[in-house]
Amino acid sequence: MTAPEKAVDVFDQETRERAREIVARYPEGRERSALLPMLHLVQSVEGYVSPAGVAFCAEQLGLTKAQVGAVATFYTMYKRRPTGEYLVSVCTNTMCNVLGGQEVYDTLSDALGVGHDETTEDGKITLEHAECLAACDYGPVLTVNYDFFDNVTPESALDVVGKLKSGQRPMPSRGARLCSLKEMSVQLAGFADEREGAVADGPAGDSTLRGVRLAQQHGISPAGFDINTPIPTPSKEAAK
Amino acid sequence: MTTPSKAVLDKLTPVLTKRWLSPDAWRLDVYERLDGYAALRKALAVHPDDLIALIKDSGLRGRGGAGFPTGLKWGFIPQNDGKPHYLVVNADEGEPGTCKDLPLMTHDPHSLVEGVIIGSYAIRANRAYIYIRGEAVHAARRLRHAVAEAYKAGYLGKNILGSGYDLDLVVHSGAGAYICGEETALLDSLEGFRGQPRLRPPFPATHGLYASPTVVNNVGTIASVPYIVLGGAAWWKTMGTEKSSGPMIYSLSGRIKNPGQYECSMGITLRELIELAGGMQDGHQLRFWTPGGSSTPLLTGDHIDTAMDFESVAAAGSILGTTATQIFSDQDCPVYATYRWLEFYHHESCGKCTPCREGNYWMVRVYRRILSGEGTLEDLDTLLDTASNILGRSFCGLGDGATSPVTSSLQYFKQDYLDYIEGRKAPKLSAAALAGAH
Repeated sequence: MTAPEKAVDVFDQETRERAREIVARYPEGRERSALLPMLHLVQSVEGYVSPAGVAFCAEQLGLTKAQVGAVATFYTMYKRRPTGEYLVSVCTNTMCNVLGGQEVYDTLSDALGVGHDETTEDGKITLEHAECLAACDYGPVLTVNYDFFDNVTPESALDVVGKLKSGQRPMPSRGARLCSLKEMSVQLAGFADEREGAVADGPAGDSTLRGVRLAQQHGISPAGFDINTPIPTPSKEAAK
Repeated sequence: MTTPSKAVLDKLTPVLTKRWLSPDAWRLDVYERLDGYAALRKALAVHPDDLIALIKDSGLRGRGGAGFPTGLKWGFIPQNDGKPHYLVVNADEGEPGTCKDLPLMTHDPHSLVEGVIIGSYAIRANRAYIYIRGEAVHAARRLRHAVAEAYKAGYLGKNILGSGYDLDLVVHSGAGAYICGEETALLDSLEGFRGQPRLRPPFPATHGLYASPTVVNNVGTIASVPYIVLGGAAWWKTMGTEKSSGPMIYSLSGRIKNPGQYECSMGITLRELIELAGGMQDGHQLRFWTPGGSSTPLLTGDHIDTAMDFESVAAAGSILGTTATQIFSDQDCPVYATYRWLEFYHHESCGKCTPCREGNYWMVRVYRRILSGEGTLEDLDTLLDTASNILGRSFCGLGDGATSPVTSSLQYFKQDYLDYIEGRKAPKLSAAALAGAH
């Protein structure tokens, strides 16, 4: 392991300004609330939470490095080793698993030559198996830097990582156009996605709309909805 | 595809999901055209106590799994206590099977923002937080965009719509920990600590965020509020049952033809939901299912006509939970399914309480042994014994939830376990998985 670098050498003025913006979101005296977003911020600079990143957070928030380290090691999304440009997460929880997610993960692991939480030699891809990603109606799913690719098969997953390795950025099924994991970490730190059109990306998927479309096709909506229904005011009556 | 019968179609109640049909409803101008922020205007014109009374009257119950009456929760916040109050939205969706809050925040984020403003006004909070699951990046993009738009339009910030009421709202991304969906762990996480549950009492209503009175509500709960303010409690109660009022988003996944989100009157049965979803996939027969995520005990084909409301599912021996209805067939193995869930609980146990931390560690190992064809009859007793030593013996419900698939699968599918143990079923895991099991 390399010796801890000094935070001062690693984090530039822009990062320090962002750190101040993060702290300002929380009430005075409650600065510690800024710790999770600030850990995402340091990860946006280095691609993982390094000893320098821990020191930076500690310095910004008046905490000890042990306090920061205890938090950083608790959460799965903070990485302890340098990560690739793309984090490919394959859901292998029960539903995706029985629908084929395990084969998808195993196929990618073989093809990339890396196991869980390992990065390809070219630094492009970090692979992980993930727990439920909250998209069971699209299972099996994988995410690239947390944006969804739905109903994947071993073949379609290989296609996605093949493109990533060759420098292309395939479009996710329902999320925004891809960015690097470092850029994503800026968003996780609570900053807007400034890329033109990115927020508008991602149409609603078919599964999402199934119920409401079915209702629309058959002209069904709950009866009696009148937005001018008055709100009863018992408090006024009580005051009388 | 066969069309569902009229009687079943009539159970669809698109309320919270309705704007999802409008591709740009996440933009403020479109949202406003679709009744957006009309509820806020109405709400700010009445006394906060009247809003609490309205929500109580509606019978709205929490959509995050526990089903606690929302109005009652709001009413627990002490007033005129001189302390700041907080509204915190639990958007840490991660219960296996659950996938309703992410689409809501992605396609209709302003409905959540509007609900937050109304709820905060009702409990007299001037700060609110949406704690969103870290991995939910696209939902967070849309939400942050919506919050920025709401500030610009004067729906957030100082003197909202000239009412004199102030509110600041922050969207706070988590960092990958299922436990933070537990409300007190969420609060610790929001305060910048490891997400570990707190001892209760005191409850968040008096000692929540920063030891101040706090309401923690699920996304679906808060997003329901504007509709109740607009349509009234009586209208809301035309849907659902007497004790489980309103519409509910049922998230159907698994061996059905059309998995997806189906917002229905609460109390619909699984048989009806499967009909809405186009039936079972060809060649698949319903075998087991979760009514509301993996932490709710499995049910079987015998429960297909159970009404999916809080009371009826409880009477059937399970929990309505998040209505994350995962549907498995005769081609799926309940022992393997349970094993995968146990790997999840083992990974996600925060480690605070010994029974949950150690119990899940050992149960995973017992499952690996059984699925590798090396199990013994004694293993089944070990599982039940371990489960009973976890249930009710930890600070929060994570440990309890882990025991749900174990005890229910042993109750209904003991023969499947015996088939592995007695060699009638081929091992599902290789010997490599066995390392450390003995």
